[in-house]
Order: sequence, then structure tokens, then C-alpha cells
Amino acid sequence: MRLDCGNAVYGVALNFRAELDSLGEQLHRDPYKKPPVAPVLYLRPRNTWNENGAAIRLPADAQELKMAGTVGVVIGAGFVAAGFVVINDVSIPHASYYRPAIKQRCRNGFCVIGSDITDRHPGEIRTWINGELCCRASLADLVRPIDRLIADIGEFLTLQPGDIVLAGEPYDAPLARLGDRVRVEIDELPALENDVVAEVASK
Amino acid sequence: MKRARVAYAGAIHHATEQDGCLRLADGRRLTEDAVVWLPPIQPGTIFALGLNYADHAKELAFKAPDEPLVFLKGPHSVCGHRGQTRRPRGVTYMHYECELAVVIGKTARRVAPANAYDYIAGYTVANDYAIRDYLENYYRPNFRVKSRDFATPLGPWLVDAAGVPDPMNLPLRTLVNGRVTQEGNTRDMIFDIPALIAYLSDFMTLSPGDIILTGTPEGLTGVEVGDEVITEIEGVGSLKNTIIGDPEGSNVG
Repeated sequence: MRLDCGNAVYGVALNFRAELDSLGEQLHRDPYKKPPVAPVLYLRPRNTWNENGAAIRLPADAQELKMAGTVGVVIGAGFVAAGFVVINDVSIPHASYYRPAIKQRCRNGFCVIGSDITDRHPGEIRTWINGELCCRASLADLVRPIDRLIADIGEFLTLQPGDIVLAGEPYDAPLARLGDRVRVEIDELPALENDVVAEVASK
Repeated sequence: MKRARVAYAGAIHHATEQDGCLRLADGRRLTEDAVVWLPPIQPGTIFALGLNYADHAKELAFKAPDEPLVFLKGPHSVCGHRGQTRRPRGVTYMHYECELAVVIGKTARRVAPANAYDYIAGYTVANDYAIRDYLENYYRPNFRVKSRDFATPLGPWLVDAAGVPDPMNLPLRTLVNGRVTQEGNTRDMIFDIPALIAYLSDFMTLSPGDIILTGTPEGLTGVEVGDEVITEIEGVGSLKNTIIGDPEGSNVG
């Protein structure tokens, strides 16, 4: 998948059922007050775009990183899904969904995007750390299934061909530390494999 | 130098300002109503600031933040000078926000405040419309409020950094149908431009074409279909936008 700066990559928080349910009564209390109505979006800006095999850099101010293996829905002509790619949506763990998590999500190289696209509807995301299977997430467990997610986002912003929408962050997405190797697989697509390495001053 | 991007006679042109007119690169001179104005640059990452003027934070009953409140907007949220922005049917409160927009000119990583101005290509005016009916407390201000199609007018010009010698002391104001409804000065920002560039570049790389919308002072009022809204900043530009409604029979959210 090749992107240019006219493309947008949108993440969606709280779109795996177990993740939303884990907040339970909190959804009704401050600061949220009520459960989300529209899809909870965040943007993966261009400095975060990364590729299979490249380093994921652990920032000096973080001990571990959340590895949310997920599906990227590639928008085609006619504003419908043209295909699916493997994504590793990396973030510094954070508990609050109240303010945009720019500092936790927008580090350089935090969105690893697979280069192979399939038109087969994805089934299961598997995330491995150092060869151990840590997380299995089924695309059947989304709050908004992919077609509905794309339609609901399209009510307030027009997705353009080449834009990518991430399906959601699996509940219990694993944490990785310095030196770990992270692998994300979706069905038969070629897996993403990236190492967590130390941040260097110039990057 | 003031630069614009315009559509004219079937093509997209770069233009400069000359004696109050537009001058295309091939020398043709045009009046401002002869062209379709596009955002003066094709934006990279669009950052926006919430609550970055103390008076505005007070107006919204928030205490001033101790860290910049940054949110992002998608690339399709922008439109140009003399553009139109939609107010969906049934909405009760849509308001403008006049903001100084800073355009990054070179790659910036871990920039000290003292050097931050070296990384700026120039400035333009933004109108960061919000529809408060859609405000939710998840990644607030959420995209449905702030990243809607064509709801962030930008322009008219990109004014070179050299043309704005003191960006931290610029009067700004908004006029709705010719009446002044918002007035402020960029000197009242809580986090000034060097602080914002230092803050962002401390944890991520900024690239040429990235834009920072630096927040808005107090004085927000609702806008209605048919209103002409002008956001202007002294020495940077006067950006016009018209509020339109939904076409008859449409059913778009």
C-alpha cells in the first residue's frame, strides 16, 4: 500500500465489543457521561506511516507499547471498501479516551501498514510477540461491522479513494518492550514483522 | 509575497498578489471574483488547538490547559476563500473560529523554541467551524464536530514568513454579515507559536506543508444558512465563507 500526503488513515477506538464493554459503567460517568454515538475516530498522520520490517522505535518516555494488530479497510471508487491490508496500530498505553491521544499515538513510525491488499473479507487478526501468540481477535466481534463503519463515517466526512479506515483495536492487544519482535497476521495475507528498538536522537 | 492556488479556465494555477489583483504565473492578471480559490497549500497533517486563548477557555468554562490541547483534522476538511460550508438541517449551534494558521516550511524534529521561526514557511487565515450539537466526550473535540467536509476554510493567501514580522501581535476578528462578532489578538495565546512547534516536534516530526491552527479567542456566535462569515487577521488576510443549507429532499447527516 502506497500513500501520499493527500490520503488519510483513520483509526477507530472502541470498535471491538469487548473493548467497549470493558469500560462498563464508566461510559455513563464523568468525563464521558454517555456511551459514544458516532464512531470514535483518530487520525494516523503521515509521520506515523511505517512498513513491514522497519523498526518501531520505543520513545524515551515510554516503557512499553501497545501493539493493536488490526485490519485496514482501503477505500476505493464509490466510497466502498476496495480491499483490506494488515496494520499494526502502535500506541503508548493510555487509559483515558477523553482528549485526543496525539502524544500517545502520533509518534513517528507508529502505524505499520502492510503492502499487500486482498479483496477477501478478513476473519481473524493474530498478534504474536517473540513467537508467542498473544491476541486473537475476530472481525465478527466489531461494534460496527466494516460496511456500517464506513457508512457511518461517511455521514460527516467523505472518505476518498486510497484513504484507509482501521477496523478497531482488539481488546487485550498485547504490550511489547525494547527488543521484542512483533508479528501481525490476518488470514492468508503476508504477515507484518517489526522489531521494537530504542529511539535514536535523529529520528 | 502572498501566494494563492486558484482554479481558472479549466486548470489549477499558482498566483501571487499584485496591486490587489491575482497574477498567474504566466502573467495574466485577474480580479478575485474571476477565479475559484483553493486552499493556498495542499495540507499535510493539520493540527488544531483547543482552548489556546485564556479568554476563550474561560468562555467555555474550562481552566486553561497546562499542556497544549491538540487535535487533528483530515485532509478533506479544508476549502478555499469564497467557499461554502454546510450547516446540516436541524443543527442548533454551529459557530466560526478565526485562527492564525502556521504553515511549516522545513522538516522539524526536536526544535527549541528559540529556533522555531526558522521552520515556518508562512501564515494564512483559518476558520475552524464547529457544530456543537455533535460534541461527544470521546477524543473531544471529536471528528464529527471538527473534521467535516469543507468546514475549515483556509486562505486566501499563504503569506511568506518574512511578510509577517511579528506573528505574536496580530489583531484578528470575525464579521458575520458585516457585523464584528469576535475580536482578539494573537498575543493572548496561552501557548505561543514557538512553544507549539517545540511541543509537537518534541514527540513527532513535522514536515513541509503541515499546518497548525493556533486556536481562537472569545466571541463565538452561532451562524445560520445564508450568513457571510469573514475571518480576518491583520497583515495576513481576510477569508470569506458562506453558510449553505441542505438541498431540498437530501437526507445527509
